[in-house]
Amino acid sequence: MAFQPPRIVITGIGLTAPNGNSLAEYRQNLLNGVSGVQKMDVRYMGECLAGICDFDALKYQKRKEVRVGTRAGSISIYCAREAVTDSGVDWDNVTKDRVGVYVGTTEHGNVETENEIYAISKFDYDTKFWSHYHNPRTVANNPAGEVSLNLGITGPAYAIGAACAAGNLGLIHATQMLRLGEVDFAICGGVSESIHTFGIFAGFKSQGALATHEDPTKASRPFDQDRNGIVVSEGGALYTLERLEDAQKRGAKIYGEIAGYRVNSDASDYVLPNPTRQAECVRQALTAAGIAPVDIHIVNTHATATPQGDIQECGALREVFGEGCPDTHINNTKSFIGHSMGAAGALELAGNLPSFDDLTVHPSINCDNLDPQCDLPGLVLNKPRKVEKVDAILNNSFGMLGINSTLIVKRFAA
Amino acid sequence: MTKEETKQIVLDIIADVAPDEDLTNVKPDVRLRDQLELDSMDFLDIVMELRKRHNIEVPEAEYPELASLDSCADYLTPKFEELGK
Repeated sequence: MAFQPPRIVITGIGLTAPNGNSLAEYRQNLLNGVSGVQKMDVRYMGECLAGICDFDALKYQKRKEVRVGTRAGSISIYCAREAVTDSGVDWDNVTKDRVGVYVGTTEHGNVETENEIYAISKFDYDTKFWSHYHNPRTVANNPAGEVSLNLGITGPAYAIGAACAAGNLGLIHATQMLRLGEVDFAICGGVSESIHTFGIFAGFKSQGALATHEDPTKASRPFDQDRNGIVVSEGGALYTLERLEDAQKRGAKIYGEIAGYRVNSDASDYVLPNPTRQAECVRQALTAAGIAPVDIHIVNTHATATPQGDIQECGALREVFGEGCPDTHINNTKSFIGHSMGAAGALELAGNLPSFDDLTVHPSINCDNLDPQCDLPGLVLNKPRKVEKVDAILNNSFGMLGINSTLIVKRFAA
Repeated sequence: MTKEETKQIVLDIIADVAPDEDLTNVKPDVRLRDQLELDSMDFLDIVMELRKRHNIEVPEAEYPELASLDSCADYLTPKFEELGK
C-alpha cells in the first residue's frame, strides 16, 4: 500500500487586513463590500493609495519591542498570537521546541534600509549615524524570529521568500514539515510591511502597474476593463496547522484540511506571468488533492488588476475549468484589500474559509465593466453569492521571477 | 550646562530608548542597568542619541562612564561645556 502522509488541518487563524483585524471582522467586510484602501503619504512620492492595517501592536508587544523590531515583526506577532489563541491549544504546555514558525514574505529589509538611508541623509550621509539595529531588522528571517522571541518558541522559525506566492508557501511548507515529523505544531502563512517602502510603489509606478483612482476604495479593480494596476497593501495572516490526529486528540475545532498543493516556476520572464505554467500548477495541485475541477467550489484568483496579468490568469483558469464546472465560483479578494504581497495568499484564503460554514462566496468588487477577456463562467462580481455547497477552495498566488502556487483546502470530514 | 540639566538630557533619551520604563524615581547614584530594563543595545542607542541630538561622541572605552545618572553628569557635562552649551 502506498505511503499515506499524515492529514494536516487548520486549527487557528490570526490576521490583520486593511479591512479587519480578526477573521470575523474581515469576513463581514468582504461580504458587505467594504474596502480597506485609503490614501497614504509615501516618502519621496507624495500621495499614493494603499491598504493600511490598524491593529493594536501593543496588544502583544511592549513599546520598546515595537521600537526595536520591524513592522513585519509586529504584524507577525499579532497574527501568531491571535492564531494560537484561536486554536484553543494549551499554549503553556506546548513543547516549544516542537513548534515551527514559517512566515512567507515577498521581501524583507527594504523598509528598514530605506529608513536608515533617510536617517543618515540628515547627517550628510555619515555612516556613523547608521543604526546598530539595521542588521537584526533586515535579516530575512526577521518576522519569524520576532515571533519566536515573543512566544518563546525554540523550534525552527524562518521566513519563506517566494514573492507574492509566499502566503501560500508558508502553509505548504508547514504542511511538509508536519508530515516529515520535524515539528508537531506549526504557525504559518504570510505577512507584508511593504507599504512602508517607497521603493515598491516607485517600482510599480515605473512599470506602469500602480493603481490610481479618485476614489481609493475603487482603485483595486481586478477584471474591470478600466483597471490600471496594483494597490500595495500591508497585512498578515498566520494559521496554526496540526496533524489531524493531534488536533482530534485535543478536540480542536477544524477550519479545513489541506487537500493538495503545487508550486512551480515559469522559467520564462522576470515579471510577466506565464499562463501555461499557471494552468499546469493548478492542474497538478488538483491531481495532488485527488479532486476534479468540477469539485472545486471556490477559486480565489491571484489577479492583481494589472491589464495583462488578469487576462493571463483568466486564460489559465479557462483552460482548467472551462465551461463544464457549473458549481465552481471564482472570486478575488484583492479588490477589497489591494495586494498584500507576502500576505496575499494567506489572507485571501482566510477570507474564503468561512464559506465552508455560511455557503456564501464573497465577490470581487469594483468590476463595473467586465473585461470580456476576463469573463469566466462562475465569476462572482460585486455581490456575494449564496451557493449550494462549498467543499473545496482553490487558492492561487503567483509571484515575480515566475513562481506559481496553488493550495487547495477542503471541508473537513472525519 | 549644569549637571542636573545633563541628567535630564540623559533621562529624555532613556525615555525614548526604553519607553516602557517608569523614570520618575531613577536614583542618580545607582547603576542604570540595576534599576531599569536596559541592555547593551540600549546603551548603544543612548550613545547614538547623544551623537545625533547633541553632537557628543562617547568612545567605546568610555562607555562605563554612562553607568549611572551621576556618572553621566560627571562625564558629559564638561563635554557639553566644550561645545559651548
